[in-house]
Amino acid sequence: MGFQHELIVVGTSWGGLRALEVLLSTLPADFDRPIAVVQHRRPDSDDTLARVLQRHTKMRVREAEDKEPIVPGRVYIAPADYHLLVDDQSVALSTDPPVRFSRPSIDVLFESAADAFRHRLIGIVLTGRNHDGAIGLSRIKQRGGLTIVQDPASAESPEMPAGAIERACVDRVLALDRIGPFLGQLRQR
Amino acid sequence: MSRAAPASSSGTYRALKEKDTEVERVEVELLLEAIFRVYGFDFRSYAYASIKRRLWRRAQAEGVASFSALQERVLHDPTCMDRLMLDLSIQVTSMFRDPSFFLALRRKVVPSLRTYPFIRVWHAGCSSGEEVFSLAMLLKEEGLYARTRIYATDLNETVIKVAKNGIFPLSKMQEYTINYQRAGGLRSFSEYYTARYDGARFDPSLMENVLFSQHNLVTDGSFSEFHLILCRNVMIYFDRNLQNRVLDLFHSSLANFGFLALGRKENLRQTESEPKFIPFVAEEKIFRRADKK
Ligand SMILES: C[S@@+](CC[C@H](N)C(=O)[O-])C[C@H]1O[C@@H](n2cnc3c(N)ncnc32)[C@H](O)[C@@H]1O
Repeated sequence: MGFQHELIVVGTSWGGLRALEVLLSTLPADFDRPIAVVQHRRPDSDDTLARVLQRHTKMRVREAEDKEPIVPGRVYIAPADYHLLVDDQSVALSTDPPVRFSRPSIDVLFESAADAFRHRLIGIVLTGRNHDGAIGLSRIKQRGGLTIVQDPASAESPEMPAGAIERACVDRVLALDRIGPFLGQLRQR
Repeated sequence: MSRAAPASSSGTYRALKEKDTEVERVEVELLLEAIFRVYGFDFRSYAYASIKRRLWRRAQAEGVASFSALQERVLHDPTCMDRLMLDLSIQVTSMFRDPSFFLALRRKVVPSLRTYPFIRVWHAGCSSGEEVFSLAMLLKEEGLYARTRIYATDLNETVIKVAKNGIFPLSKMQEYTINYQRAGGLRSFSEYYTARYDGARFDPSLMENVLFSQHNLVTDGSFSEFHLILCRNVMIYFDRNLQNRVLDLFHSSLANFGFLALGRKENLRQTESEPKFIPFVAEEKIFRRADKK
C-alpha cells in the first residue's frame, strides 16, 4: 500500500461548503482514510453541513462526538461551537474559548493532530477569509506531515490559502479539483 | 498579516519543535503528577490533547518555554498554581445553552419529575451558574421549584462565587433572551433580571433552593440520591477511563429511573457504562438509569 498517511485534516471558512463538496466528490470512490474537518460557521448551526456533504461521498459523514474512535472510511465534522481535537486513536471536543475568534478553530485541530500523528498526517487548507489554519499547518510541517493548500487563484476567498502559503512551508499548492485525485495517487504509490 | 501578528501558539512553541512528542508527553505527565502530589488536584486522567493545550497556554503566559519549566514554577510558586487552576477549569458556559435541550427537559422530563413529592437535582460542573439559573427558571414556570432542591457543584471555587452572585454580563442578555424563547420560556425573559451598571442581576428568589458547593468529580464521592443529574460539557475533558468512573458515580447517585443529561456531543456509545443507562431523549443526550449495575 505504501500510504503512510493515516489521517487527513481539512480546514476551511468562507466558501467552504462548496469547496468541501468538490474535495469529497473528487476523491476516489473507495477512498477510506479518515478525514477530520473544521468549517467555520455560526455557533447555533445544526448538522445540515454533514447531511449535505454526505451526498457527495460513500464515506460516512457525521458531526464528531466526544471520544469517537478514529476509523477508516469516516469523515468527522467539527460540531458548531466546539473545538475538535484529535488524540492518537480518537477525537475529542472542547468548549475552551474561541481561538482568534474561531470555535471551532482550524489551528486547534491541526496542532493536536500534528502532535498525535506526526508524519502520518496530511493537512489541507481551503478557501477562507481569515488566517486560521496557517499556524496549525506549519506545525504539521514541523512534525513531518504533508501540507497541501488550495491554489488561492481557485479559491472563492483566497486570503486563508494565501496566509497558509506565506506562513507554513507548504508541500503542494493545488487547484481545488486536483486535491482529491492527488490524494488518490498518493495511496497508489 | 499573519506575520505581523503571530498568534498564541507560534513563537515559543518553535523552541519545542524538534523535541520528540514522547518527551513532551513525559513532561506533561510529570507536571500533572507533581500538581497532584503537592496540591492534591488530580488532572492525571484528563483528556491529553486539550489539557496539553491549556498547560501550554499557561506556560506562554508565564513566559516559560517548556512544560518542565512550568513545573518548576508551579511547584515553587503557589500563585502560579492558582493561575493554572483557572486555566484548567475552563468556565465557558451560557444560559439555556442548546435551547432544544431545555425544551426537551420541559416537555419530556418535567412530567416525570412532577410525580415526585420532593425533587433533588445535582448540577455537576455548573461553572459560573448560568445553567443553574436557567433550570431554576424552567422549574419555576412549571410549578415545581418550591419542592426542588438543586445541588450545584464545581471543582473551581472562584466560579462558584460568581454563580452565587447571580450577576451576568448585560451584553449577553440578547443572546440569552433568544435562547430562552427557543427553550419554550413562558414569560418575558427580562422579568428575571434588573439591569445595573455592573451587569444583569438575576432575581435572588431563583437561588432560594440552590445549594452551591465545591465538589471534585475525580476525587469526591456521592452525597445523596437524585432524580436528575446534569453534567454537560464537563466529561469531554476526561479520558475514557475517568469518564467511566464518573458515570459509575452518577449511576449510584441516581434514583431508580432517574435522569442523566450530558452535553450535546457527548455519548456513552461503546463504553463500559453504556448498559447502565437507557437513552430517553437520544438526540438531546438525556438518559435514564438502567436498573442493573
Ligand atoms: C465547560 S464548563 C461546562 C459548564 C456547563 N455545564 C455548560 O455546559 O455550559 C466545565 C466545568 O467543569 C468543571 N470541572 C472540570 N473538572 C472538574 C472536576 N474534576 N470536578 C468537577 N467539576 C469539574 C470546570 O471547573 C468547569 O466549570
